Amino acid sequence: MPARKPKLAVWKFTSCDGCQLSLLDCEDDLLAIADRFEIAVFLEATRHRARGPYDVSVLEGSVSTPHEVERVRDIRRQSKFLIALGACATAGGIQALRNFRDVRGFLDLVYARPDHIDTLPTSTPMADHVPVDFELRGCPPSGKQIVEVLGAYLAGRKPVVPGHSQCVECKVAGTVCVMVNGGIPCMGPVTQAGCGNLCPSRGRGCYGCFGPMETPNAPSLAAWFGRLGQDSRDILRLFRNYNPETAAFRAESERHG
Amino acid sequence: MDAAAVFERTELGRLVAILAADGYRVIGPTRRGTAIVYGDIAGDADFAIGLIDEQEGGTYRLREVDDPRVFNATAGQTSCRQYLFAPRQRLWSAERTGTGFRLAEDSAGAEPPLAFIGVRACDLAAVGVQDRVFGGHYPDPRYMMRRRRALIVAVACARAGNTCFCASMGGGPEVGPGHDLALTELVDGGRHVFVAETGSERGALLLARLDPRPATGAEIAAARAQTEAVKGRMGREMVAGGPEAIRANPEHPRWHEVAGRCLTCTNCTLVCPTCFCSTAEDVADLGNARTERWQRWDSCFTLDFSYIHGGSVRKTAASRYRQWITHKLSTWWDQFGMSGCVGCGRCIAWCPVGIDITEEARAIRDSQ
Ligand code: SF4
Ligand code: SF4
Ligand code: SF4
Repeated sequence: MPARKPKLAVWKFTSCDGCQLSLLDCEDDLLAIADRFEIAVFLEATRHRARGPYDVSVLEGSVSTPHEVERVRDIRRQSKFLIALGACATAGGIQALRNFRDVRGFLDLVYARPDHIDTLPTSTPMADHVPVDFELRGCPPSGKQIVEVLGAYLAGRKPVVPGHSQCVECKVAGTVCVMVNGGIPCMGPVTQAGCGNLCPSRGRGCYGCFGPMETPNAPSLAAWFGRLGQDSRDILRLFRNYNPETAAFRAESERHG
Repeated sequence: MDAAAVFERTELGRLVAILAADGYRVIGPTRRGTAIVYGDIAGDADFAIGLIDEQEGGTYRLREVDDPRVFNATAGQTSCRQYLFAPRQRLWSAERTGTGFRLAEDSAGAEPPLAFIGVRACDLAAVGVQDRVFGGHYPDPRYMMRRRRALIVAVACARAGNTCFCASMGGGPEVGPGHDLALTELVDGGRHVFVAETGSERGALLLARLDPRPATGAEIAAARAQTEAVKGRMGREMVAGGPEAIRANPEHPRWHEVAGRCLTCTNCTLVCPTCFCSTAEDVADLGNARTERWQRWDSCFTLDFSYIHGGSVRKTAASRYRQWITHKLSTWWDQFGMSGCVGCGRCIAWCPVGIDITEEARAIRDSQ
């Protein structure tokens, strides 16, 4: 074990702060995290701010402004291990819906002085701008997985974050399939596991918060959604949700738009 | 069925009470939401009475029926596998002690023994398959501990479902070996009884406590006829020569066709009552003082399953679908001297896109 505690920095980009809250929600483990790491930057938790370089940087949010492009490059230069946390940082997030439209139209609608807004036409994941060492999915990500990734970093091992479908979580939990049993459209078969089986265990179809699983077959699932009575608009919305900019979900939504 | 005995429908609650009093955790078909699953049975009211299941590829629905039968539903999503081969279980944990560590192994010995009531013939056959898998060259101590202590009251089917094909796999509908007690439920006019046969000493002792009377010749004949009739009502069939055709055609274009539909979601393997694959996950606390090894169900449909140095061997959906169906129907024979499929039809109903093992086998056989 190194004598010096590794320096951990948490950075916010374009996001709702929910991922940082997921980290703060790891109540039981928070003390252990603070004990094993030097919390160098974590504005949601403390105003204290230590200078780089950092051993681990956790990035929340997507890149949606020219300034953020510069910032992420700067953070990358100062960080040994870079973790992209959550749907925004790993896939552009829900705000990547702008990528399907002309963003100037939104600016005129939303802001009284759109000329004050300096934004990019797209919202993109960290990996589009800098090399990322680990991507942790989810909107929001699971606190358990956050602790697992930090723990694995400390132990120098590979984190247990499987790329298989949400269906595995249903079957392990004994959750009766809402699609087979209820005819409810469920994104689970094309969505990566990890949330803890939140929606299906409560009788809801999966919303795809964790993005595409390792080998998604979106066209087959979309065709089945059609058989369940979903029209093109419904199917488009199912795939254009929290992870609309991922290759598999983007391509499928475009087939229905 | 010569030594068969008969007890009244009203005695079933007493059977549950006796088992509970003996310290068993009683498991049987019970309603959960809009489905029938294996679940805890505290008394007679917990059985899913007056309900039948309607199944198709990718579809499972319940329907209320005016029928007093207790065991009228066919296979649901879960099976005995959920209990005997736990979906996720800790194998051992280790704690740091100064310069070394202390190891503690988990066993299933502290759990209450299981008593299953209402196990269909196919599910009993599946327990037999897993007995051979987990009791073979490399015995699984947790499975074997639970299995040795478990008591099984099987039930011969009175109806077959639309996705059932046990008759063509030899998995049913007659109850095979492995049970402690086998029941046939007879409902006829105002009469509602169970014809019971014993499969073990334990089953015989249990039956005696219900004060049954000997079965009449007519009751035995009626029980036989009921089960026999179910054979003709199977919704599906595994074609003769299907397994051989699968083995002989590893490069068949059908594998690519089915891969277009398959989601590689793992559902077929995880609802299968005989699939036995698992993976190991290590969990360590942040303080680095304690570590645990857990076993979790895995499936040949995941990429990690065939991951070796340098990548996954089965990258395509075609190769993964072929692995599953070939193992179930063909290479299981080489490995365990029996079929890995009992014909329960779960993989058909619980496949989110209704892919049908009997249809795939037929397509490949017919193309020859
Ligand atoms: S409920 Fe959804 S995630 Fe769960 S098994 Fe069914 S399709 Fe898969
Ligand atoms: S079919 Fe797949 S998951 Fe099932 S036992 Fe065979 S290899 Fe394992
Ligand atoms: S056959 Fe069906 S249940 Fe099995 S992995 Fe493919 S889509 Fe999923």
